[in-house]
Amino acid sequence: MSTPAASAPVRRGRMPNLELPQKAQLPVAIAFVVLLIILPFFFAPGGSVMNNLVLAAAYAVMALGLNIIVGFAGLLDLGYVAFYAIGAYAMGYGGSLFLSELTGDKGFAVFVSGPAAELPGVHMNFLLILVLAIVLTTVAGMVIGLPTLRLRGDYIAIVTLAFGEIIGRIAINGDEIRLGNFQLTAGRQGITPVDKVQLPGLERFTSLDLRAWYWLALALAVLVLLVNFRLRDSRLGRAWIALREDEVAAASMGVPLVKTKLLAYGTGAAFGGMSGAFLASYTNTVNADQFQFSFSIFILAMVILGGLASIWGVVLGAIVLSVINNYLIPDVLNSVPQRLGLDFDLTEVTAGIFGFMLVIMMVLRPEGLLPERRRKLELEEGIGSDDAVYEARMA
Amino acid sequence: MEAATVPLSRSTSLRRLREAGGRYVLIALLLVLPVAYGIQDLSQTGNLSRLGNNLVDGLSNGAIWALVAIGYTLVYGIIELINFAHGEVFMIGSFVAAGFFGTIGLTAAAGPAGLLVGLVLTLIACMAASGVLNVMIERVAYRPLRGAPKLAPLITAVGMSFILQNVGLLWLGGSPEGIVDLIRSQEVFFTFAGVEVSNGDVLALAVTIPLILLMTAFIGGTRLGKAMRATAQDPDAARLMGINVDTTISMTFLLGGMLAGAAGLIYALYQTTIWYFQGFTAGLIAFTAAVMGGIGNIKGAVLGGFIIGFIQQISDNRIGSSWTPAVVFAYLVLIMVFKPSGLLGEQTREAG
Repeated sequence: MSTPAASAPVRRGRMPNLELPQKAQLPVAIAFVVLLIILPFFFAPGGSVMNNLVLAAAYAVMALGLNIIVGFAGLLDLGYVAFYAIGAYAMGYGGSLFLSELTGDKGFAVFVSGPAAELPGVHMNFLLILVLAIVLTTVAGMVIGLPTLRLRGDYIAIVTLAFGEIIGRIAINGDEIRLGNFQLTAGRQGITPVDKVQLPGLERFTSLDLRAWYWLALALAVLVLLVNFRLRDSRLGRAWIALREDEVAAASMGVPLVKTKLLAYGTGAAFGGMSGAFLASYTNTVNADQFQFSFSIFILAMVILGGLASIWGVVLGAIVLSVINNYLIPDVLNSVPQRLGLDFDLTEVTAGIFGFMLVIMMVLRPEGLLPERRRKLELEEGIGSDDAVYEARMA
Repeated sequence: MEAATVPLSRSTSLRRLREAGGRYVLIALLLVLPVAYGIQDLSQTGNLSRLGNNLVDGLSNGAIWALVAIGYTLVYGIIELINFAHGEVFMIGSFVAAGFFGTIGLTAAAGPAGLLVGLVLTLIACMAASGVLNVMIERVAYRPLRGAPKLAPLITAVGMSFILQNVGLLWLGGSPEGIVDLIRSQEVFFTFAGVEVSNGDVLALAVTIPLILLMTAFIGGTRLGKAMRATAQDPDAARLMGINVDTTISMTFLLGGMLAGAAGLIYALYQTTIWYFQGFTAGLIAFTAAVMGGIGNIKGAVLGGFIIGFIQQISDNRIGSSWTPAVVFAYLVLIMVFKPSGLLGEQTREAG
């Protein structure tokens, strides 16, 4: 599954190499996915375990998207929340009462059956909304990418961060932006309720049975996973990796920088948008206050924890962090500080815990839990190398 | 560095536009808001006193941003890293100030002399705390990663910033905390041509300007300052010349942190509310200021700070303060598009 150059045996790391042998990868992957598919039968269909599974799958989709931008192409994007927001608003526009002032009492329904079709506002089939979200976020990703084309390293980080914040601000203040009857966003009030997912040939999803949500999220995740693998081993994927390792060398080998970078932003953004639309429907709300910088960091932490550019690592990172965030911190460990005689709940410092994790990972195991081989090589060469050589290489 | 720009030279009219005068485009962009609102004021009221008031408030806000921006610029100049946690160092400065008022029992009831002594003591405490904190951040999060890929220290910087934010959250709670208004910061100190200058404005400039002058003298005149400049220019050559690069970098963080601490005190006195999240926004605004002036350039950081302060004030006053971050960040993006090297800066590798 990796390129021939990368598959040369490398065992120089300080840490044990957790990577599976080449032959075992495909069967193990299939077994893993099958296990994930049958997982819901072991739990109550409406319980919190299912809820965590759904969220983990949805976050995995986002993390895999961000992995393309940060992991493959090496463009540190600190504004990934922008795509979550845009995807969520695609759902808000296309599947709620939000645009009812625009459509009048009749409403506007596309491939939707049941009571929702009769309601005011726009109600589109979820697949159409997914397409809408993908288109919007891809365009947004490229637009955000444009100003960063000639920049590098931390400047890219800052510009993407700025865009993320701008989108967040627009989401919060969007109720002031009006065009006739059209209001850009619902502001702090949020858009709620949002239509539940309806897929062709299936009944509308409900909040009582989370299994359907889980399978949908899992399907999205597997799709994105496949796309990730195929892209990584494609001409484009190799171009991304070349770009990450040495921009100047890549350009002189004929890699078109502008196109390659924009495609990385666009693809990564599209996955964020998909997941955003799904989460909006699942959580039944598009809440402007949730589109904050800390969410970008949450997703980034998944990528870092698992291992930059390592696809399975990112999946693992997404699962681990989403369990920590949605289960371990609020449900299990929340009262630990109280028991130690400290006057706070652990949920208050969730962001700090993730920050701590970022620092620890970077200092102790920068290649992540399941490192990608090529990436690991880069890191090992980088550490302790001659400064001048290093700078010429990384600049 | 020319090699790096070659591959893109074919692309886009954007580049031609930049070469034709990115600096002038940037200056024009910066003038848009003041000029537009100036004309609006003139046509509506016939004088510019509202814009003048914006300018004064902007300058005193800008003084705070300038102090924080210098910290970014110093650190960037020497190790080419955006110290993401710098905004949080500033926030901790404010918190230390608030705590220190309580410790030494400083209230508005103290006479002018007592107030002056108390504030000077607080200033020293804030600067010391923030400076030491900044040095510790460097030691823990950046030094182990020197020589690692660029991404690594940047990510630890973000991590440190979140950790410190949470320290602030646990310290004073999650909502803005009002603190004692020691200098009656909104009270008018004097009025000049319809422009009101408040106590807070005077304090901000009275603390900032001497500090900046001192700092420039330090970097320009002392042995350590020379070492800093040498390290910034070429760390390897500096090491060969017998400069202790690690110590020099620590000193740079100390200086930057101290200025951020001073800014924290001014902010606390000026705004009279502090909260854990102030550092995040302040950090980004100050970073914008540093980039606007040309990162690595101290004069640029000061200039950028004042300009951003003015823009921010106009936006607060006329567009609405909830839009201000978006306006400032829009400027940040525009600078990156048209003149990444800033108003006074040299071409840097990062900015291409």
